[in-house]
Amino acid sequence: MSDKKAILSPLPGVFYRKPSPEKPDYVQEGDTVKAGDVVGLIEVMKNFYEVKAEEDGVIDQFCVENESIVDVGQEIVSLK
Amino acid sequence: MSDFKKVLIANRGEIARRIIRTCRRLSIPTVAVYSDADRDALFVREADEAVAIGPALVKKSYLDMENIIRAAKETGADAIHPGYGFLAENSAFAERCVAEGITFIGPSASVIRLMGDKIEARRQMKAAGVAIVPGVDGALSSVEEAIQAAQEIGYPVMLKASAGGGGIGMQVVSSDDELEKAFASTAQRAGSYFGDDTLFLEKFIAAPRHIEVQIAADQHGNVVHLWERECSVQRRNQKIIEEAPSPFLDESRREALCQAAVRGARSIGYTNVGTMEFIVDEQGQFYFLEMNTRIQVEHPVTEEIAGVDLVEWQLRIAEGRPLQREALPSAPQGHAIECRVYAEDPRTFMPSPGKIETLRLPDGVRLEFAVTEGDQVTPFYDPMIGKIIAHGANRPEAIRKMKEALGRCVVSGIKHNIPLLVNVMDHPDFQAGAYTTKFVETVLKDCGQGEMRT
Repeated sequence: MSDKKAILSPLPGVFYRKPSPEKPDYVQEGDTVKAGDVVGLIEVMKNFYEVKAEEDGVIDQFCVENESIVDVGQEIVSLK
Repeated sequence: MSDFKKVLIANRGEIARRIIRTCRRLSIPTVAVYSDADRDALFVREADEAVAIGPALVKKSYLDMENIIRAAKETGADAIHPGYGFLAENSAFAERCVAEGITFIGPSASVIRLMGDKIEARRQMKAAGVAIVPGVDGALSSVEEAIQAAQEIGYPVMLKASAGGGGIGMQVVSSDDELEKAFASTAQRAGSYFGDDTLFLEKFIAAPRHIEVQIAADQHGNVVHLWERECSVQRRNQKIIEEAPSPFLDESRREALCQAAVRGARSIGYTNVGTMEFIVDEQGQFYFLEMNTRIQVEHPVTEEIAGVDLVEWQLRIAEGRPLQREALPSAPQGHAIECRVYAEDPRTFMPSPGKIETLRLPDGVRLEFAVTEGDQVTPFYDPMIGKIIAHGANRPEAIRKMKEALGRCVVSGIKHNIPLLVNVMDHPDFQAGAYTTKFVETVLKDCGQGEMRT
């Protein structure tokens, strides 16, 4: 599985797929992303940090649900 | 003795512990509510009873009104103390408490609502004769209206979200072009953060100081001030160090500021302890910013110089008892400084959750800590793990005591901001009382790029 790519959580906290509750998700499964594109937010201690793709790819699937608790280094998205 | 049979504390961490301490002294039983992440927290162990109210996410626990009301009913609590943050300034929650026959330890829902709306609050204070920052009184309906207003006030101006706070949803602009660009983006950000995209505009004050007045008001029309706190040492627009009295004010300005705060609070029929926040310019002219209708993080510095227990005052006011002015000294007693200890990188302010391996705290100062050695600092809540409060006969003595106390703190396992606090205490500008809200940037620059000196 060496060709499998992933986006990992840079911090522990709560993961959000959208910039705010009323807004649409940043990205959907099947979307193409470029390195640097934002795919979600991590809330840690009342601060929000963007989760960005580190390389180009296509979103295969989200490994965690919106508003779930994630650990640092946890896989958030797998890329094709 | 108290009229309350049992007080539920709708909060966590150090403020929950602080409220429990006063209730215990007054022989009032307490109920803690806690999320899954706080199951083993100190405040849960210290309360007489504790009720689980949901998962770690705040909106499913500490912000879940129904679960909290249910906990109060199940435990027979007849009053709820909201602490600060969470539901403390939520008018719907205050209303729910009243509807359920539970005393909300705070002002009425209508006063919370009034002061929560920054435009209304400004209008109200202006009508009461309290100076406000020159600006637009109403909500801005268009970018053209904003530009016209900015030209009248004079650049630079600050574009602000009506529902904003804590430094979020505000932007300084220096020209028509900048204002045009900032208008849409600030409105959009305000809409997504606060669910309200209403904007207003104020004159931007250069070299500002943040000075606030602690007031208390009972249900019998008595309003008193307990002098001011200077809270200009901030990072990311959030306070790190507070002191009382302010080193900037002379006696006549202090009196004018405190009387303005009393006048403002009286004009809205305020009841509870509360804080009128002001921005003060280089000439010492002060302008009303906003009112916090709750106990504040920095209340201990006022308690130290006034010799009172503000949580007790909140309880007494909520019980309907009259304020006892004679409990106050005729002048501030000495000088007090508070340092907030945050679990974060002292230079980048990046949060640092984790396990506190070592926590050794000094004696000779007042400590208000949320955690103990071996506790986990979770990523779910505020990074503040505790506060250190030093009180001296005068400002130099308070600074000396604080420096000694910080020097004796040992915290390991997480990053923390004690090195920054030490550098502030050591800085000649801080020692001279010559600082503004931009001061932390100066301290960081003066520390250079390497590891911070401790």
